[in-house]
Amino acid sequence: MKEYDIIIIGGGSAGLAAAITAYDEGIKNILIIEKEKYLGGILNQCIHTGFGVHEFKELMSGPEYAERFITQLESRKIPYLLETVVLSIDENKNVYYSSEKEGYQVVHTKAIILAAGCMERNRGAIAIPGDRCSGVMTAGIAQRYLNIDGYLVGKRVFILGSGDIGLIMARRMTLEGAKVLGVAELMPYSNGLTRNIVQCLNDFDIPLYLSHTITKTVGKGRLEQIEISAVDKNFQPIKGTEKTFDVDTLLLSIGLVPYNDLLDAFHLQSNPKTKGAIVNESLETFCPGVFSCGNVLHVHDLVDYVTREGRKAGHNAVRYVKGELHHEQAEIKIVAGKGLGYIVPNYLQPSNLEDKLTLNFRVVTPYSDKKLIVKLNGTIIKSVFRPHMLPAEMETMDIPKDLITVSSGELSVEVEGA
Amino acid sequence: MYDVLIIGGGVIGCSMAHELAKYQLKIILLEKGLDVCEATSMANSAIVHSGYDPLPNTLHATLNVEGNKMMDQVCHDLDVEFQRIGSLTLAFNDEEVATLNDLIKRGQQNGVPVELWDKEKILKEEPCINNGVKKALFAPTCGIVNPFELTIALMENAMDNGAELALNHEVTKIKKVKDHFEVTCANKKVFEAKIVVNAAGLFSGKIAEMIGNKDIVIRPRKGEYYVLDHFEAPFIHHTLFPCPTNKGKGVLVTPTTHGNYLVGPSSEYTFDAGDVATDSNDLAIIKTKANAMVNNIPFNQMIRVFAGDRAVPQTASGDFIVEEDKNNPNFYHAAGIQSPGLASSLAIANRLRELMEKHNKFSLNKNYVPTRRPLIRLNKKSIEERQKLIAKNPKLGKIICRCEIVSEGEIVDIIHRNCGATTIKGVKKRVRPGFGKCQGGFCEALVLHILARELHQDLLDIDYGAPGSYILLKKTKEEGEH
Repeated sequence: MKEYDIIIIGGGSAGLAAAITAYDEGIKNILIIEKEKYLGGILNQCIHTGFGVHEFKELMSGPEYAERFITQLESRKIPYLLETVVLSIDENKNVYYSSEKEGYQVVHTKAIILAAGCMERNRGAIAIPGDRCSGVMTAGIAQRYLNIDGYLVGKRVFILGSGDIGLIMARRMTLEGAKVLGVAELMPYSNGLTRNIVQCLNDFDIPLYLSHTITKTVGKGRLEQIEISAVDKNFQPIKGTEKTFDVDTLLLSIGLVPYNDLLDAFHLQSNPKTKGAIVNESLETFCPGVFSCGNVLHVHDLVDYVTREGRKAGHNAVRYVKGELHHEQAEIKIVAGKGLGYIVPNYLQPSNLEDKLTLNFRVVTPYSDKKLIVKLNGTIIKSVFRPHMLPAEMETMDIPKDLITVSSGELSVEVEGA
Repeated sequence: MYDVLIIGGGVIGCSMAHELAKYQLKIILLEKGLDVCEATSMANSAIVHSGYDPLPNTLHATLNVEGNKMMDQVCHDLDVEFQRIGSLTLAFNDEEVATLNDLIKRGQQNGVPVELWDKEKILKEEPCINNGVKKALFAPTCGIVNPFELTIALMENAMDNGAELALNHEVTKIKKVKDHFEVTCANKKVFEAKIVVNAAGLFSGKIAEMIGNKDIVIRPRKGEYYVLDHFEAPFIHHTLFPCPTNKGKGVLVTPTTHGNYLVGPSSEYTFDAGDVATDSNDLAIIKTKANAMVNNIPFNQMIRVFAGDRAVPQTASGDFIVEEDKNNPNFYHAAGIQSPGLASSLAIANRLRELMEKHNKFSLNKNYVPTRRPLIRLNKKSIEERQKLIAKNPKLGKIICRCEIVSEGEIVDIIHRNCGATTIKGVKKRVRPGFGKCQGGFCEALVLHILARELHQDLLDIDYGAPGSYILLKKTKEEGEH
């Protein structure tokens, strides 16, 4: 059986960063396994600009951003497999994969980095009422058809959900000659980045219907009409508020979910909020030597943060391979306090901390001029003022190592006054 | 001139084709959709009922019990997934216990093995059932079948034995001409046949009307369902029914042959036979009913909802209509095939063939092959077998669907078989890409490309399922354009 030090599952932004970091820190026996024809992951179909603001201090398209990392990877001659799908992994860190070229293979590795990204929530997951016609599809698949295959999916379009992909597609399809009649968002606020609301909807006079949802789809073969309704506080449609639109396409941009199926085999509990793995400060799952990073861990809104998390997973996988990571009984539980939807990581082994603990989280509702308070076993150890916080934007915070003075208990982050 | 023309490619029409293909007959099946198994046969509970429930001496009772018994051999020969997992019909109060006792007697009259289980036994076998349960009727012969696979395999086998299939052929007119029938389709094609079988499901009343029979009136009754994902540890092991009422069998919870779970159906009349729209209120009611019966149903693992229409005959008994037309000899109806239609399908075909033989002489087809080439089913193979198969056909190594682990080789195989897939949904029904939790998010585009390539069609011409259900509208830039 072939032996590796680190196998990275997924050759997108998280996997590429993890591989480069691991290589630069001295582990050369690495393999990246990618299911698509090209490295780069979902960046390849994101031909709009807006990537790299933090990482490169410039604005670039998705493929350009990916290219920077692919070049670094190629120059290091880090091996990768394309059009290869990992079917399962086991506790002994055997990786089972399949491809046309190599067939069905089993290889062994010391560490695994899960970096397979996320999937879009779809029509089934939210049970949209109505006919089972074609033309109701996720924004991402329409984006793929348009940007990779070169086909437009429809000419009169409505969008459910104000997630970023939906907003980007509203602009993209308008530019290709389709008419986008509106975007309906269940929440009373948008779920996309502010810049996308401005640049993709406002600039094209596309109306955004907040607190609205789709209450009917009509069509025998292809979609012909949709009905939207306003919703009440409990998200239930309000009778009498129905509006209909004659459209051939309904794009769904209703959220992303980590595609975390490989960990299912371990019967590990996943984080019920993120649907990703439960990890410690080093991004290691309950299975020692198996790390998770990027959108398979929790959904990010900026690729720059995915890259950063990939690097961290790569770095810690190297520490694991070198025997530098500890697995002690005592740990600090990290919890999302009032006002937070989720927090990553979920627990902390203080002895593994190098200089700081990085926390990523999202708020449950928009806040302005609020303090974030960090408590360790009930005592406030840090507070930070944030002028604006939105559920659509991931928040991040570093806690210096010297503030962590205990080795067990609970660390929580909350929005003051939430 | 065809010997037999069958109208409708549901499980009844395809069972008929399969049954008659054993004889030296020229057979054609006309289907209005782009695939067989597109309506009632596609969207149902996928249960092969045991037959304890129908009133004795009805067609429901006799054909269900007979059809249930025939299922093992046919599914074995045609490589169709079928498991006799047994059903439990649950009583939660004294009134329901009394009903169960009646049903036990009815089951015995119908010749169906039945047992009465007490609470302890029930909770031992199915710990998830609500603690308030009192008794259960256990019917060991109840099974689950993959209804798409069954219908498709029946047609594929019929075609392997010479039967023909014409998709996208909607019958609009039938004319009796001396000793045969002239059947006209919406696309203007005309077929002549000595014997015609009306197996048009929800539209069987309409077809009957075309030869002047106004007695067959069918109303669609809709049933909505939740589909849950498959997960490592199964939470139930039997098909679980509530106590039946005069409204039907009620909301059931059952595993499927792929380890998914179905929760449903609702039951409400609808006016449009194509109406398979789902409704939030109906679905909410299903959830409440199911939760009253089974604890902790993992609704967070829901991957889809769907609805199907049952063809309910507007007669006093509601029984199946399996007969020769009263005024048109050699015109046969299999109409009003509501539940337990799937369980009865093979027996219905058998019964119709017997009726035909009363005044037609059929001779056996000596070259008849009862088996179908098995599906590849890579997932069920050992690592060594998998490697061997991939060495012979590398496309079996290329995984297209990650959720259900389906390879390109398997998709290509089911496109090129008899009764092969021509649509995205056709591929999905045969080898499952799109059935998993991403619902085609990852694989739909890949399946679209494979279909276009294998069928030598433009990407724009591939439909999702029904006629007109295109996926791509137009190419954004022609060659050389920028």
